[in-house]
Amino acid sequence: MSIVVAATAGALFGVGLWVSGMTRPAKVIGFLDPSRGWDPSLGFVMGGAVAVYALANRVVRRRRREPWFGTAFHLPTRRDLDVRLLAGAAIFGVGWGLGGLCPGPGLVAAASGSGTAVAFVAAMVAGMLAQRATMRR
Amino acid sequence: MLLTWTIALGGGALIGAAAALLLLTHGRIAGISGVVGGLLPPAATDRGWRVAFIAGLLAAGAIAALVAPAALGAPVRSPLAVVVAGLLVGFGTNLGNGCTSGHGVCGLSRGSVRSLAAVVTFMATGAITAWLVGGGS
Repeated sequence: MSIVVAATAGALFGVGLWVSGMTRPAKVIGFLDPSRGWDPSLGFVMGGAVAVYALANRVVRRRRREPWFGTAFHLPTRRDLDVRLLAGAAIFGVGWGLGGLCPGPGLVAAASGSGTAVAFVAAMVAGMLAQRATMRR
Repeated sequence: MLLTWTIALGGGALIGAAAALLLLTHGRIAGISGVVGGLLPPAATDRGWRVAFIAGLLAAGAIAALVAPAALGAPVRSPLAVVVAGLLVGFGTNLGNGCTSGHGVCGLSRGSVRSLAAVVTFMATGAITAWLVGGGS
């Protein structure tokens, strides 16, 4: 049952990504680059997602000590800023602005049969493996 | 314009709801780079929900290809640029512990200082890259 629910969450997440236009590289690049007729609509995607999740997070964390399937919530607790965080985010942003795809939409687009998106996902996994191989965690 | 923004808001709300479902049922952050990264060596011990969530995400892409292929969008860069983008996205998200979903949706909603710093950083480098390379619509 827990597997079915996780798959359902993934499917809903994926539908949300393509409905909202996050899988369209031209739209993403048009959002990131305000210099050429800015398309702000992806800001609404973030706004809608944050509004729902912020409320849900508050309710879930107040009402429940543990998730339905499992014994504990696995949530990040660090509050310090370090070079790894900022450098990683900076590198990710360059890749996002270059290809117009971030990890979730990349996977959704790859599953839709786009050869380019499949190449993107393969390169993304290679990039993750390279990071693990070259730097101590 | 208003319709586009409404759809974006709705798509975003769906993403937030899917992430909330994963939090409520599995106590996990729906950060795509983290979910994928946990499957790479040295793999996390909790592989079941990760595989199921990604399978759902991929199913959404496959369904989208059948129902509304145009909504998925087409690549705007050369295959080489997309591969470079994928490498940067994989390396950067692994180094910085998150992407648009983990830091953007979940982290901002939870009021995480690290996520806010990451989002500001990847939005900035993404904007600069998109501005330099162009290709938005």
